[in-house]
Amino acid sequence: MSHLKNLTLKVWRQSGPKDAGRFETHEVAEISDEASFLELLDVLNEQLISENKEAVVFDHDCREGICGTCSLMINGVAHGPQRATTTCQLHMRSFKSNDTIVVEPWRSAAFPIIKDLMVDRSPLDRIIEAGGYITAVTGGAPDGNLIAVPKPVADAAMDSAQCIGCGACVAACPNGAASLFTGAKIAHLNRLPQGQPERYKRAEAMVETMDEHFGSCTNHGECSAACPKEISIDVIALMNKDYRASKFKSRKEISRG
Amino acid sequence: MPVAVTSILTSMVTSSTVHTEALRRAPVTGTALQARKKRPFLLDLYSTSVGKKYAMAISGIAMMGFVLFHMIGNLKMYMGATALDHYAEFLRELLYPIVPKGVMLWILRGGLISMLFLHLHAAWSLTKLNRHARPVKYQGARDYQVAKFASRTMRWTGIIVLAYLVWHILDLTLGVVNATGTNGEFVTGEVYNNVVRSLDRPVVAAFYVVANILLGIHLFHGAWSIFQSLGWNNPRFNNWRRGFATAFATIIVVGNVSFPIAVIAGIVK
Amino acid sequence: MTYTFDAKIPAGPLTEKWDNYKQNAKLVNPNNKRKFKIIVVGTGLAGASAAATLAELGYQVDAFTFHDSPRRAHSIAAQGGINAAKNYQGDGDSINRLFTDTIKGGDFRSREANVHRLAQVSVDIIDQMVAQGVPFAREYGGLLDNRSFGGAQVSRTFYARGQTGQQLLIGAYQQMARQVGLGGVRLFNRTELIDTVVVDGRCAGIVVRDLLTGEIQSHAAHAVVLATGGYGNVFFLSTNAMNCNVTAAWRAHRRGAMFANPCYTQIHPTCIPQADETQSKLTLMSESLRNDGRVWVPKSPTDNRPADQIPEAERDYYLERLYPSYGNLAPRDISSRAAKRLVDKGQGIGPLKNGVNLDFAAAIERLGLDVVKERYGNLFEMYERIAGEDPYKTPMRIYPATHYTMGGLWVDYELMTNIPGLYAAGEANFSDHGANRLGASALMQGLADGYFVLPSTISSGLAPLLGKSMPGIDHPAFKEAEKQAKDRFAGYLNTKGKRSPDWFHRELGKIIWDKCGMERTKEGLQEALTDLPALYNEFQTDLRVTGTGETTNQTLEKAGRVDDFFQLGMAMCQDALSREESCGAHFRSEYQTPEGEAQRDDEKFCHVAAFEWTGDPMNPKRNVEELVFENAHLATRSYK
Repeated sequence: MSHLKNLTLKVWRQSGPKDAGRFETHEVAEISDEASFLELLDVLNEQLISENKEAVVFDHDCREGICGTCSLMINGVAHGPQRATTTCQLHMRSFKSNDTIVVEPWRSAAFPIIKDLMVDRSPLDRIIEAGGYITAVTGGAPDGNLIAVPKPVADAAMDSAQCIGCGACVAACPNGAASLFTGAKIAHLNRLPQGQPERYKRAEAMVETMDEHFGSCTNHGECSAACPKEISIDVIALMNKDYRASKFKSRKEISRG
Repeated sequence: MPVAVTSILTSMVTSSTVHTEALRRAPVTGTALQARKKRPFLLDLYSTSVGKKYAMAISGIAMMGFVLFHMIGNLKMYMGATALDHYAEFLRELLYPIVPKGVMLWILRGGLISMLFLHLHAAWSLTKLNRHARPVKYQGARDYQVAKFASRTMRWTGIIVLAYLVWHILDLTLGVVNATGTNGEFVTGEVYNNVVRSLDRPVVAAFYVVANILLGIHLFHGAWSIFQSLGWNNPRFNNWRRGFATAFATIIVVGNVSFPIAVIAGIVK
Repeated sequence: MTYTFDAKIPAGPLTEKWDNYKQNAKLVNPNNKRKFKIIVVGTGLAGASAAATLAELGYQVDAFTFHDSPRRAHSIAAQGGINAAKNYQGDGDSINRLFTDTIKGGDFRSREANVHRLAQVSVDIIDQMVAQGVPFAREYGGLLDNRSFGGAQVSRTFYARGQTGQQLLIGAYQQMARQVGLGGVRLFNRTELIDTVVVDGRCAGIVVRDLLTGEIQSHAAHAVVLATGGYGNVFFLSTNAMNCNVTAAWRAHRRGAMFANPCYTQIHPTCIPQADETQSKLTLMSESLRNDGRVWVPKSPTDNRPADQIPEAERDYYLERLYPSYGNLAPRDISSRAAKRLVDKGQGIGPLKNGVNLDFAAAIERLGLDVVKERYGNLFEMYERIAGEDPYKTPMRIYPATHYTMGGLWVDYELMTNIPGLYAAGEANFSDHGANRLGASALMQGLADGYFVLPSTISSGLAPLLGKSMPGIDHPAFKEAEKQAKDRFAGYLNTKGKRSPDWFHRELGKIIWDKCGMERTKEGLQEALTDLPALYNEFQTDLRVTGTGETTNQTLEKAGRVDDFFQLGMAMCQDALSREESCGAHFRSEYQTPEGEAQRDDEKFCHVAAFEWTGDPMNPKRNVEELVFENAHLATRSYK
């Protein structure tokens, strides 16, 4: 059976990028164990609207842990205390009655705060635009089975392709680095045979774009611990290797592996 | 060709100010068209954070090699004054008579100094970059999940070890801060006596112990990090990386810490 | 006066229609393509793939999404897979078989020519996605793996773990991102369409609202593509994402675009039931679970014992009892309705008595824990995270929920609505699934529309415009639309009533779910059509939106969307009421066979019902496009 909990929320409120911002404390009474963290915020917002106050702004969409829209630093942990779980999948079962929960937006120079808990994560898109794709113009593709991909390779590519682009890695990283995000995309595409022709160009362009916005990796591993998809920091090693190779290899002989 | 317009929100980031006049934006397009300025080979690599990590790792390996051989060489202390002093002399005679005495030692010293400089420069610029990456800290308390004490204190252990290194050179290479008085003066080449004279001072011995433990902590993270930074990652040996780093750091700490303790305990005198 | 639809079906035998079309289509010279601007609204599978491909061809593309990034679209949540008639398994699949399955699955309420083209193009989609680096599941030999899915006797579903939608969307997103990087696409994120503009009968552009500043702006173009998804959120509780809405399609509808078959909404039988009043959405559990799980409820409605204490004799394995040959694998609509009837009788389980058991105890005993873990481990984990119960020990609780809408904007063979220059792609249009969509076909249709159909058909509409001047955003029609939009949003802010938009949405959803959900009756629909206007009236007078319109205000965004859902809800009920038959997902209790199956009326209702806006949401005009079946044989769907 579900239990009802009373919680105190310390929520970050900030009216815009220029505003200094502050914590606001609110009580939410009798919230059920079955409620997700975002439903807790929904309840808070209904409460605020009934008091004629402005609702707390936060990013959210699919609420099933796949779209990567939700964020939030909950009690100092990106996506809250449960491992491998996005905020939308975090339920009240993870908290005790009368807990005080501190809710903050992701903080990074690359993710300026738009309002309250909503930040702008578009630099992640810039990294993909720089090279996070395989050039395959519609219409010219050969048969899907033309190139066999060994199952372990396809599986490893899939492991890193699972990234949902939520930005928790950046938020959790003490340096505000986006290496796990960038590495995951590089690992996804550079592991596949289809990704080979652009392998080093991709690594070079993506890393250099990443550098324009984010901090650097110092191998803490916080990113992977915060990652809802538990993407391993192995992808960062692969990124480092391919980036280095991009500077040393003769691009005219890349086909020789 | 369309004009590249980046969103104001984004361009604001590069200027690393958190405040922006407004949230008005232009559409995003042509973001991959700006050609990056190409620098000469290697400098180009070094200009990015990944390249700097690469430099950190390479210089780290060089200095790890030095630290290891330095420690092993010092073990000759336990074989007596002659052995240690001969070893010091041997270092000066490396490659002699192909090159004059002391030249090879200076080449090695030169290499190490440039590695140290590279390590420091990379660390300094990465620290600066990382500070800019999060100008406004989290206002609530952070709850780190896996980041270890070692990884989070690299900057501080590094600075203290650097200070120790300077003092150590002043103490046992140049003799400037070596002990004077009843035990006689610092004499270049009489390594054994110089060491004993210096470490006989309990405060100095304690400083050596503390500094070497911090060096160990630095190595514990650094020796593991090398594999990541260089991209040496293979499921076949990944489990050994942590073991290697732990073993390496332990060996260095045990070896180096044993010297001041041995002197204070009177085993080496 | 009835409207005459021209679906522009090309001449020739069914199998040659698409080739004939392409051979005879008007083209635009590569040098001239850059003179045309195309607006793509929505960046899901259909929108992102269309934007990428149109930009590759050389058109100027402006893409709009209300998300922060195009990668968030709800296509991402599709789990199962994507169908394609590749016949890689050599099990007798073919384009024709996929065509027949889709027509039959749609209960003969879709257009033959469109469906056949979809089946043809499906083959190219797989090739395209593989080339883009989508990590589809593979056999040990390195070739692509397939699984079987409901409604088909062959294995033609390609998949990437339980995240096929995610992988395909990211593939399309990356192609679009490449074009953004190269300057081919201009991306407007966090920008929502709030109106379309029609000048002299032709779509001239759109009016959008910047979700960060509240600023209202116009954009003119030669063509506008709406790839804005479905309207399942009209039910409030659905498996759709929170921000899915009907606004883009509905605003186009209000400007004259026909809205076809709004009552065709699909229910998915295996979702996690609602847990409490504050619940905001439902989560789908893959249908594959029914391969090994047994569905049951206690025989007695008063039986409140935990599942493991209820003896076999007191359990009702109702699917196995009612449909012995298909058992727990009975089709979606049939098993959904069976669950609903038992829950309505009070035999439901769980704290709110609103679910049925999906029990794996027998499977664990038969296959062993390890096999079950290997097959369904990630789904079980997901269930445990949400429901807080361990499905290895206690049965899963499941209940049907809305997850896809077959209805949408009426489009012709070229995917153009009845307004020239306005196109609809993906779930936003009505074209390919008839009254019911087969599993793993949504991804196929979205990508077919975006990658292969639209880029080939759009030139026909553009070619005649070459050298002609188009109305710009200073045209009075744009100014008028901007003013109306401003007034509309100011209106929400100034109502200053007592109820939040969410409250109204929840109440609206309850009416639609009860009266126009899985099972519909004449009386129920009539009640809904009295309740809805009353609630809508309350919405217009008692709405409360706090905050202002000049910064991000999610309450205000929601108000606009709920407003449109109300109007759509009325059209849905009108459609369901006037379609006096049962077909596919539309089940009217009055029209069923003695076995409880849907009973079609091909004499009277073998047509598309396309609604025309009249200014009064309660009185839309019902137009009809007759469906002609020359190749598929009109037969009763039977899964017994």
